[in-house]
Amino acid sequence: MSSLEFEILATAMTVSAACAVPGAYLVLRQMSMVADAISHTVLLGIVLAFLVVPLYGHPLMVFGASMMGVVTVLGIDLLKRTGLVREDAAIGITFPALFSLGVLLISLLTRDAHLDEHMVFQGDLVYSVFQRLELAGRGYGPMTLWKMAGIFLLNGALALRFHRELKIATFDPVLAATLGISPSLVHFGLVLMTSVTAVGAFDSVGSILVIGFMVVPPVTARLLTDSLARYLGLSLLLGCASALGGFWIARTVNGSVGGSISLVMGAMFVVVLLASPRRGLVADWHRRRRQRVEFAVRMLVIHLFQHRALGQRTEENHAGHLEAHLGWSAEFSRRITELAEARGLIRRVDTHWLGLTSVGERQAEQALAG
Amino acid sequence: METFLQFLNDYTLRNVLLGTAWIGVVGGSLGTFAFLRRQSLLGDVISHATLPGVVLAFLAWQRRDIGVLMVGAAGTGLLATALIQVVDTRTNIKRDGAMGVALAVFFGVGVLLLSMIQNLPTASQAGLDKFIFGQAAALVQSDVTVLLVVGGVVLVVLLLLWRELKIITFDPDFARATGFRVTILEGGIVTLIVGTTVMGLQTVGVILMSAMLIAPAAAARQWTDRLSIMVLIAAVVGGASGAAGAAVSAFGPQIPTGPVVVLVLTALVLVSLFLGRKRGLVWHWRRQRRSRKLADPNTVLGALGALESAHAGTVRGHPKAVVRMAVGQSAQVGQALAALRKAGLADEHDGDWSLTERGRSEAVRLARDQRG
Repeated sequence: MSSLEFEILATAMTVSAACAVPGAYLVLRQMSMVADAISHTVLLGIVLAFLVVPLYGHPLMVFGASMMGVVTVLGIDLLKRTGLVREDAAIGITFPALFSLGVLLISLLTRDAHLDEHMVFQGDLVYSVFQRLELAGRGYGPMTLWKMAGIFLLNGALALRFHRELKIATFDPVLAATLGISPSLVHFGLVLMTSVTAVGAFDSVGSILVIGFMVVPPVTARLLTDSLARYLGLSLLLGCASALGGFWIARTVNGSVGGSISLVMGAMFVVVLLASPRRGLVADWHRRRRQRVEFAVRMLVIHLFQHRALGQRTEENHAGHLEAHLGWSAEFSRRITELAEARGLIRRVDTHWLGLTSVGERQAEQALAG
Repeated sequence: METFLQFLNDYTLRNVLLGTAWIGVVGGSLGTFAFLRRQSLLGDVISHATLPGVVLAFLAWQRRDIGVLMVGAAGTGLLATALIQVVDTRTNIKRDGAMGVALAVFFGVGVLLLSMIQNLPTASQAGLDKFIFGQAAALVQSDVTVLLVVGGVVLVVLLLLWRELKIITFDPDFARATGFRVTILEGGIVTLIVGTTVMGLQTVGVILMSAMLIAPAAAARQWTDRLSIMVLIAAVVGGASGAAGAAVSAFGPQIPTGPVVVLVLTALVLVSLFLGRKRGLVWHWRRQRRSRKLADPNTVLGALGALESAHAGTVRGHPKAVVRMAVGQSAQVGQALAALRKAGLADEHDGDWSLTERGRSEAVRLARDQRG
């Protein structure tokens, strides 16, 4: 790996880590689509800030551009509060408008290579690395790497310092208000953090892919754990792992690094979605099947219990008639009967008639009583 | 003027205007349902998710006819909605998270594929990234025909299923209870939304097409409570904005169509929010102002009397704000004070109000009457 490639990889991982911090809280607070709105509208912020401070990546410019995220969320809240449109429509009206203004300004005003349409939607990790940080004539590596490392440290420090506030305001806003933590301050703090990160990541992954960097690793982590600490750690880890895998794919197929990382994030999500031990679709499918079988065994026991007074040889107790009486298929009836028999709940009076054992009777009584 | 007429006669422009306006009409009609069903952001996810489909279709058929690309776009768009549905119903992930993941991952894969074909020697792939923001000027006669057919199919299905769609939009539980196949119908609506979204790829672009679904409906909602009229208004708003956007962007090759259409739409939404019949903010504010209590002159007289007896000999009068406080927070005392002055009961000096002799005895009489 050349040193340039190493720098690209390091930048990719730093961007992922920086995005995962606000992303984890956005997902918990059900603000994924608000993040989507912010990531679109910071474009307008960047264009406007660029017109005032034409130094891309300057901290002042980053902060100025980030204010557009706050403006977006205020706009959404304002629309919502009129009571004339619901939240989803408020988001869907606000951000396309601000985004359009940004795109239009770019196409009309600037001819600058740093801000073309191409950058807007995909950014370019490889290109962004070519901008070097130079101090007193000495080079200190790519500017983006330093910028994103700074944003990551800032996000991480803020998240650690305000961990308690974030946690309480997220899970119990009423308690937060009682304890003197302002939920709206936490809300807008997170919005600002999201905006700063989106602006910072703009030249490396663009204004739209950044939403994936923020949302996909935490959502994946959420499928794996219920502990907040582990969730936060996993979000960071999955983000960085995706950057590593994505970088390798991009190098192999000679394609966009940001796009490749999104692909890996998506693949990880799908794998976890299918195979997560407790939340995964496969586990879910097994659970549902097991529940269906357990429920059927219990139903069979109760069915036989209800009809015991009629004597042992009524139609209802005939093994072949379960299909008609319980609506089961022949195959399913056979399986359930065998299972119940193996568990010692029922016995065969002779080949075709079924009866309860004493264990089965007790279970039926319990089930009916409870 | 003459150049403008020439401009209208222009063959390309006619195509572009017709195509974009038609997308607005179909988007507005379908969007009404998405808006009412609180699925406004679904269009946003679908439109982002069409990108990989567009590129894959191009790779598979090596052509960039709008019909071919729409097939690919619809494919990945539907896949994304299916993913959202599964994640939403089968896991602990909330719907917004599922939507964020679907949007970002599909778009990201699209970006990757796009970057890969840009390295291919095929020359005709140039312009595929125009799908991001749309360039209506690229619309030709055959494209418009495809758009007319697809949009026509969407609208016909909409009309055929009108009653069913209405019921599952306003009362899904009732629909389920009365035996409608709600799941299938919901899938049908989503499919129609996908169909509408892919129509806008070439002219409005994948990022902004969602606004074509939401904004006309949001504007129309402010003018009526009837579904049929709302759909009609949304269709007109969408069509007009589409045409306006296409016309403006035709003036310069560097003006992308999508953003212009969206800005026109946003302006119409804002106007509707402020002026909309009954619900409009302007009427709301006006009602609020009217309903604010106009203080009764007698009450103000009594309040002034009470103030003066409390501060007897120390001050000559009281400013309006003090009188208002004495009467009650939200009361408007200006008119009452003016009436009292006209009747010769109160007077004002340098912004301070005080009672005249006659006013003072009147206040005393009032206080006595109230006590008795």
